[in-house]
Amino acid sequence: MARPAGDGRGGNVTLHAPAAPLAVPVARAHPRRTSTRFIAVGLAILVVLAIIAIAAPVIAPYDPEAVEVKRVLGEPILQHPFGSDVLGRDVFSRVLFGLRVSLLVSVSAVLASTALAVPLGVLAGYFGRWVDTTVSRTLDMILVLPAMLLAITFIAILGPGSVVAAIAIAVIYLPILARVMRASTLVVTRNEYVAGARARGGSHLRVIVTHVAPNALGPVIVQASVLSAFALQLEAGLSFLGLGTQPPTPSLGGMLADGRDVLIQAPWVEIFPGLAIVVAVLGFTFLGEGLLRAFDPRGVAE
Amino acid sequence: MFVLRRPLLTIPVLFVMSIVVFLIIRLVPGDPVRTMLGFRATAANVIEVRHQLGLDQSLLSQYVNWIGALLHGDLGTDIVSHASLADLLAQRLPVTFELTGLAMLVAVIIGVPLGVRAATGGRWVKRLTEGFVVFGISVPDFWLGIMFVLVFAGTLVILPPSGYIPFDVDPVGNLRYMILPVLTLAIGEAAYILRTTRSAVTSVMGRPFITFLRAKGISSRRIIFGHALRNAGPSIVTVIGIQVGVLLGGAIIIETLFALPGVGRLVVTAINQRNYPTVQVSVLAIATIFIVVSLVTDLVVGWLDPRVTDGAAT
Amino acid sequence: MSAMLSFTDVQVRFASDDAVQPAPAVGGVSLDVQPGEIFGIVWESGSGKSTLANAVLGLLPASAAVQGSIRVAGREVIGLSENELRSIRGKEVSMIFQDASASLDPVWSVGDQVAETIRAHAGVSGREAKSRAIALMNEVGIPDAASRYGDAPHRFSGGMRQRIVIAAALANSPQLLIADEPTTALDVTIQAQVLQLIDTLRRQNGTTVVLITHDLGVVAQICDRVAVMYGGTLLEVAATAELFARPQHPYTRALLAANPAGAPRGRRLPVIPAQWSVESLCAAEVLRASAATTERVDADE
Repeated sequence: MARPAGDGRGGNVTLHAPAAPLAVPVARAHPRRTSTRFIAVGLAILVVLAIIAIAAPVIAPYDPEAVEVKRVLGEPILQHPFGSDVLGRDVFSRVLFGLRVSLLVSVSAVLASTALAVPLGVLAGYFGRWVDTTVSRTLDMILVLPAMLLAITFIAILGPGSVVAAIAIAVIYLPILARVMRASTLVVTRNEYVAGARARGGSHLRVIVTHVAPNALGPVIVQASVLSAFALQLEAGLSFLGLGTQPPTPSLGGMLADGRDVLIQAPWVEIFPGLAIVVAVLGFTFLGEGLLRAFDPRGVAE
Repeated sequence: MFVLRRPLLTIPVLFVMSIVVFLIIRLVPGDPVRTMLGFRATAANVIEVRHQLGLDQSLLSQYVNWIGALLHGDLGTDIVSHASLADLLAQRLPVTFELTGLAMLVAVIIGVPLGVRAATGGRWVKRLTEGFVVFGISVPDFWLGIMFVLVFAGTLVILPPSGYIPFDVDPVGNLRYMILPVLTLAIGEAAYILRTTRSAVTSVMGRPFITFLRAKGISSRRIIFGHALRNAGPSIVTVIGIQVGVLLGGAIIIETLFALPGVGRLVVTAINQRNYPTVQVSVLAIATIFIVVSLVTDLVVGWLDPRVTDGAAT
Repeated sequence: MSAMLSFTDVQVRFASDDAVQPAPAVGGVSLDVQPGEIFGIVWESGSGKSTLANAVLGLLPASAAVQGSIRVAGREVIGLSENELRSIRGKEVSMIFQDASASLDPVWSVGDQVAETIRAHAGVSGREAKSRAIALMNEVGIPDAASRYGDAPHRFSGGMRQRIVIAAALANSPQLLIADEPTTALDVTIQAQVLQLIDTLRRQNGTTVVLITHDLGVVAQICDRVAVMYGGTLLEVAATAELFARPQHPYTRALLAANPAGAPRGRRLPVIPAQWSVESLCAAEVLRASAATTERVDADE
C-alpha cells in the first residue's frame, strides 16, 4: 500500500508492503485483532479530545485570555496545572481552547476537502477518458507546490487567519483525496454489478449514488483520517509562523511561538501545548492506521 | 530516450508553476499596491510603484515581461529595503540549501541503515524502530526544535539557541549554529526514510529471485545490500525526492524558529510585510528547487533501474 | 558405486497454528540418485513438490521440520549450519527454478549475476570472473555473449533467461543439479532446447541431474530413471523405458493413460479420480492386485 510521506502528499509512490507504525511481528500478525486495537486507541484519544474541544468553554477553569499579573510565568500548581504564561494567563485553559481551534480548523478543512474530492474522484473514475484527464491534470497542478509553500502562498494572497488556513489545507489535500476516490471508483466500476445496474436501465447518477459511491468510500475515509494528522500539524505550523489563527484567539501553534522567549525560565509554556499537538496527531495516526488495516488491506489509499 | 524526455517534461511544470506564482500579486483582493505601501501610499507613490511593477499593463504583457526579466537575472527589488532581490536571494539561498541538504543527508544516513535492519532484523529491532517511526512522524518538528533548544541551549548550555555564521567565515561556528536546526528536521525525516526503506526492503526480500540468490550460495550480507537495497533504491529515492518538498516547507518554520537567514524566513517576513514582489520571488525560488530536485531523483531512479529507461514493465 | 544423492526415510512437516496436525508435505521418502544420471521425479502440482528439493539445500522456511537423512556424495546435509550450507550451495549442489524471470535480479545485468556465483565460491578477480561468465554464457547458447553481458534480464526472452539461470547454476561445475520444473514456463519448442542443453552439459561435466516435473513428456525426453510421487509419498521408481512400458502402480498407470497422446482414439480419456487418497493408493492390497494384472500401456516415447 502506498503511504503518504511527510506532508501527506505522497505523490506516485507505491510501496507494496504493510508499513505499520506499531510493532507487529509479521509472521503472526492477525490484521483483524490489531486493527481493532488501533481503531480503539485512536478513537479513544480523539473522542476525549473532541469532548474537551467542544466543552472547552465549560470545563476550562479560567478565561483563556484573562491576564493575571501576579501569576506571570507562574509554575504549574494545583489551580494552574499547566502553569501560567508571560501574561499570567492560565496555560491549561489556553491549551483547551487552543485545541478546540486547532481541531476545528484541521478537521473542517479535511472534511471540506473530502466533500469536494468525493464527487470529483467519482466523476474521474466512473466516466474516465477526457473527464478523467481534465479533472486529474487540473488537480495535479496543485501538487506542483509543496504543501507548506502552497499554504503560505494562499495566505500571502488572502491574508492570515484560521479561515484562510482551513481553505489552504483543504485545497492542499484535495488532489490526494480525489485521487484515492478515483482509484477506488475504478476498482468498483469494473465490477459486474455496476454493468448490471446500468443494463437494468439505471441512469449514471442513480448507479453512482446507489452502487459505486457507497462501495468506494472506504479508502477515502481512511485517507482522510491519515491526512487529518498532517492537517493538524500544518495548522499548528502556520499558527506558529503567525500566519494561521491570529491572536488573541488562542492556538496551539501560536502558544508555541509566544513561549519561545521565555523558554528557559518557564518551559511549561512550551511543553504542554506541544504535547497537546502530539497527542492529537497520535490519535489521528492510530485511527488512520487501524482503519487502513481493517478496511483497505489492498492499499488503494495512499 | 528517457534521459532526454524526462527533463523536457519539467518545462511545462515550471511553466505552470510560474503562472501560479505570477498570479499571486494579481489575485490579492483590493489594491495590492496600496496594501504594500501601507501608510506611504500617496497617490503619486501608488502610480509610480504600480508602473514599476508593470501592473498597469495587460496581463499577458506583464507575464511576458516578468518571465523575460527573470531569465535575464533581474528579479526586481524588495519593496521595503529596496535591495535587489537577486542579491537577496543569492545571500539567502545558500543558508536554506545548507539546512535542507544537511538535514536530508543526516536523515538518509540514519534512516536507510536502520530501515534495512528493521526489515531484516529480529523482533526487538523491529519494535524499537517502530517506536522511532511513530515518534518521528507524530511530533511536529518545530516542537522538537523547541525542546532541543530547551535541552541543549537552556539546560546544558552547549549549543546556541539561534543565529548564524556563514560557512566561509567560520566553518566551526557555522556548524555549531546548524546542529540543532539540522537535527530537528533530520529526525522527523529519518523516520519517513526508515519506514520507506523498511517497507521496500521487506517487499524485495519476499521476491522469488532472493531464493535463487540463496541457492547460489550468496551471503546474506551481499543479498541484502547488493540486491535487496539496490532493488529498493528506486522507491527510496522517489520518496527522498518528494520529501525534499516537505523539508523545504519545514525549513520555512525551522529558519524562523532558529533565526536563520534563509529564504524560508524571508518569505514569512515578506508575507507579514505585504512585500509581494519578494514573496513571489521567494516562492518561485523554493518551488524551482523542488521541481529540479524531482527531476534529478527521477533521473537517478532511471539510472538505478534499467527497466525504467527501457520503458519496460516494472 | 555410491549414490550421489540419497534420501532415507525423509519426512517434512510444516508447523501450523491449527490444533490438528496436517499431513506431512513429504512422508517417508527413500530413494537414491546415482552419479551422472538424469533422475526425474514426477509430481503433480501441489504442496510438497519443491519441498524435497528445497530440503536438500536447506532452503526450507523456519516453520519446516525435516526428519530422516539426506546425503549428498555421502555427506549428511540435514542439520548443517547456514555457513556450511552456503558453501555447498552453488558449488557442489545447484538448483534452478521454474520461472527464470523470477530467478534473476531485475536490476542487475545478467552477466554480473553469473559472475557473482563464480566470485562467491572461487576467490578470483572481477575480470577473471567476467571472462568465465562470458564463456559460460556462450556455452549455454546466448548469442553475442560478450556484448550482451551488461544487459538486464528483461531484454531477453524466456528461453534465454532460463539459459542464463542454468549458466549461473553450473558456473562452479557442481556435482549435483536440481532442476525444479525448469521448463514449465516455456514454450514447447524452447522446452526441448533447454532440456537438450541440460543433457549436453550433463554429459560434458558428468553432473548428476534431478529433474522435478509434472510433465511426462519432459521425463520421456531426457530422464534415465523416474520416481513417481503423489501426495508426498513415493509410489514407484523405475528406469524410464520400464516405467512407461510396465507401470506397476495404479496411479502411474492412470497418469500415463491420462496423457492424450497415448489414449486410443474415440474413447473417453481416463481420469484420475479425486477421491483416491494416498493411503488407499499405497494400500498393499492395491499394489498386489495391480501387480497381478499387468497390462501393457502403449505410451508415446
